[in-house]
Amino acid sequence: MNNIVKEILLKNVLIPTKINVDKKVLETLQLLKREKVIHPVITISSNTPSKIAGIDEVRKQIEDYINERNLNVTILEVGSLGLSSLELIISVQLPGKTRLFFKQVNSENIILILDGIFNNFIQEEYVLGQLKNKIQEPWAQVPFLDEIAYFNFQQRLILNQCGFIDVNSIDEYIAFGGYQTFVKTINQNTPGEVCDIVEESLLRGRGGEGYSTGKKWKIASSTVSPQKYLICNAGESDPGAFMERLLMESDPHNVIEGIAIAAYAISAQKAFIYIESDYELAIQRIRNAIDQATAYGLLGHDIMGTGYNLEIIIKQGAGAYVCGEETALIKNIEGKRGKPHSKPPYPATKGLFGQPTVVNNVETLVNVPVILDKGAEWFKSIGTEDSKGTKVFSISGKVEYTGLVEVEMGTKIRDVIFRIAGGIRNNKRFKAVHIGGPSGGCLTEDHLDTLIDFESIMLVGASLGAASLVVLDEDNCILDTVKYFMDYLQKESCGICIPCREGTRRMAEILENISKRPKDENGYATLQRFKGVMQLETLAEVLKDTSMCGLGRKAANPVLSTLKWFRDEYEEHIFERNCSAGVCQELRTFEIDVDACTGCTLCAKKCPTGAIFGTPKNVHFIVQDKCIGCGICFETCKFSAIISK
Amino acid sequence: MQEIEKILDQYPFVQRDNLIPILQDIQNTFGYISEEAIVKVGSYLKMPTSKIYGLATFYNQFRFSPKGKYHIKICNGTSCHVNANNLIISEVEKILGIKNGENTKDNHFSLEITSCMGVCGMGPVMAVNDKYYTLITVQKVKDIISNYQQMEV
Repeated sequence: MNNIVKEILLKNVLIPTKINVDKKVLETLQLLKREKVIHPVITISSNTPSKIAGIDEVRKQIEDYINERNLNVTILEVGSLGLSSLELIISVQLPGKTRLFFKQVNSENIILILDGIFNNFIQEEYVLGQLKNKIQEPWAQVPFLDEIAYFNFQQRLILNQCGFIDVNSIDEYIAFGGYQTFVKTINQNTPGEVCDIVEESLLRGRGGEGYSTGKKWKIASSTVSPQKYLICNAGESDPGAFMERLLMESDPHNVIEGIAIAAYAISAQKAFIYIESDYELAIQRIRNAIDQATAYGLLGHDIMGTGYNLEIIIKQGAGAYVCGEETALIKNIEGKRGKPHSKPPYPATKGLFGQPTVVNNVETLVNVPVILDKGAEWFKSIGTEDSKGTKVFSISGKVEYTGLVEVEMGTKIRDVIFRIAGGIRNNKRFKAVHIGGPSGGCLTEDHLDTLIDFESIMLVGASLGAASLVVLDEDNCILDTVKYFMDYLQKESCGICIPCREGTRRMAEILENISKRPKDENGYATLQRFKGVMQLETLAEVLKDTSMCGLGRKAANPVLSTLKWFRDEYEEHIFERNCSAGVCQELRTFEIDVDACTGCTLCAKKCPTGAIFGTPKNVHFIVQDKCIGCGICFETCKFSAIISK
Repeated sequence: MQEIEKILDQYPFVQRDNLIPILQDIQNTFGYISEEAIVKVGSYLKMPTSKIYGLATFYNQFRFSPKGKYHIKICNGTSCHVNANNLIISEVEKILGIKNGENTKDNHFSLEITSCMGVCGMGPVMAVNDKYYTLITVQKVKDIISNYQQMEV
C-alpha cells in the first residue's frame, strides 16, 4: 500500500502533468488529506508543551479505550496549533463529519470526551472548534476554528499546516502541496533565478538585523569556491522564545523544503541545521523528516534526476546564547569554542571551513517555499512598505492565551496582545511588553499602537530579533525583569571583548545594588551606588558602541529602553527604596496590623534577625532597621496580621 | 570504559568538528563527562586535554560531576521568571540545602536551573528526572520533594 502511494506521489503529484485528473490519484490525495475518512481518526497534538501537559498518559488511555471496545480508529500525531496554554489538544474526525478539536484534555476528562463523541454527543466544556470543510457535514453549534478570536485575526502563511498535519508522514505533506515547489524550482529555475525571485520579494532575514535574504544569497553564490554551505540557524536559546522549536516540531518537512531550496539557490551541496541539544523532540522530528525525504529521492544524490546533490546534517548545539550569532555558530560547528569574530569577512564570503556560507534562521527559510510557489509580487502585497510578509511571535507572560501567533507585518502590538492573546489574565492592569528576549526592550502602554515591522520596532528601542513577546502586568517589577536579563547576558557573554564581558557584569551589579536594602545611608557604599546609577546610562552607550558582536551591542537594550520609559520606577527604587510591585524582596517592608494580631509569638520565633518584639497575647511590632524583608513572618502568620508594603 | 571506545568508534575520522558530538554522546551515556573520558577523547582526536576541557566548560550543556538520583530541573525562562519562579528556586534551595549545580551529600538530589524549557504557557515549570510539574507553587514544591524524600527513607 505504502509503495503504491509513494509511486503516485512521486510520479503524479510532485511532477504536475495534465493527467493529474486520474481518479486513483485524486482518491489517494483525498484520503491523505483526510477530506474523506473511512474510520474515525483521532489526532493528538504532540509537542513539548503537550508532553509536559501529560500526553503519554492520555495517549495510553485512548489506546486502551479503543482496544477495549474493539473500535477501528486511527491515532495520529500532529504538531502544535500554537495554543500552548490550552494543551493537550486532541481532534476527532468521524466519517462524513468535520474534524472537531478539544482543548485542555487530561487523564480525567478524556474518557468523558470519547464516550460523548462516539455517541454523537459533544462535551461542550472542552470543545475548541471545528475545522471548516466543504465536503464534510459540520457539527451544530460548534464554532469554526477560523471564527475563534485567536485564529481569526492571524494570517497564517507559514504556520498554516501546524497542528493539522501528521508530523511523521511525508506522504501527507506532499499531498497538501509540499515539496512540489522544490521539485518545480530545481527543474525549471537556475540558482540565479531563485536568488532573483527572493531578492525581488524583499524578504528580510527574521534573525535580527533584517538584512535582505536575496542579497545575502547573491553574495555567497557569486563568490567562487568549490564548496559552499548553507546553515539553518535553529539555535533559539533565548529564554522566552519558542517559535522555531514549535515550527520544527509541527511541520518539519516545511523546514527541510526551505533549506533545500535555499541550498540550491547558492549551489551548496551540504547544508547544516543547528538545533539546541535540549530540543529533543525537534531533533527527532527533523531527523525523521530528512530520512523520509532521502528515501523519496528528494535529498541525497542526483535529486529527481536533475543532477543536483544535497546532504542535510543535523548539528546539535551545546547551550550557548552567543551561538545565535552567525560567526560564533560557525565556530561551534567547526568544533571550537563559540566565540564570534569581527565582520568583515562576512560568512557569505568566508565562513564555515573558510568557504562561503549562508546562515539563515528557520523562519526566514520556511518563507522561501511560499514565495517561490506564489511569486514575489504576491509576497510583496503582504505587509508594510519595508517589511514584507508575516511575522511569527511566541507570546507568553501574563496573557490569557500563550503560544504562537503569526500576523501580517504592520499589525499593531495592541491587537496581538488584546485581540489574539485575549488580554491580561485575571483582570490585572497591563504594564509593559518585552519584545526580543535579552537583547530586546520594553514597551509601555503608550507604544501599543506601534506597528510590527523592523523599523518601527527599532525606533522605539526594541528589536524584532527573536520575536518573543513577554507581557508584564502590574505585579511585575520592571527592574527585576531587567536584572534578570542582565544576569543572563552576563553569564552568556563569551568573554572575548572587554566592553561586553566587563560591562554586562558591572550593569548587573549596579542593578543588584539598586534593588538591595542598604545597610545605612551614609557610608561609602551608598556613594558608590549613586555613582553607579548615574553611570548606568553611559555604560550602556559604551557597550552599544564598542562591543564586537550583536550580543554585546544589544545587551544594553533592556536597560536603555526601560530607563527611557520607566524612569519613575528606577527612581522609586533608588530614592524611595520602594518596589511598588512588591517583587524586589529586600525592599519589601512589613507592618503588623494592630487589630488582627493576637500575640501568638509565632512570627517573633521565626524571624531570622530578631526584628519582631512583643510579649505573648499582646500586639507585636517590627523594628524596621533590623528587618531584612525576607517575608518569613508574612508567610507564617495565621491571622493575616502582617501587611506587606 | 569500553563504552567510550564504542562511542569513539562511531567517529572514524579524526576531525576537530567531531569533538562536540563526541562529548555530547559521552554525556548522554554517562550523565556527565569524567576526567578519564576527556583524556581518552584527547588521545583519540590528538588534542591536548586542556583544549577539550576549555571547550567543554564554555558550553552550558556539559557537566563534570554525576547527577543525583533525583535530578531536579527548574526552568528559568523569561515567562517562568515573571511568574515568580524565584520563590520556587529559593524554596528548593532551602529544603535541600543545595544551590544550582550541586548535589546533596547523600547524592539523592541534584539541582539544575535550566534555560527555557519551552512551556512558557504553564510556568513555573519544574522537572524531577523525566517527570514534569507545571504551574507549581511553593506548597506544591514542598509536597513534591517530600514525596521523593519519603521514597528514600
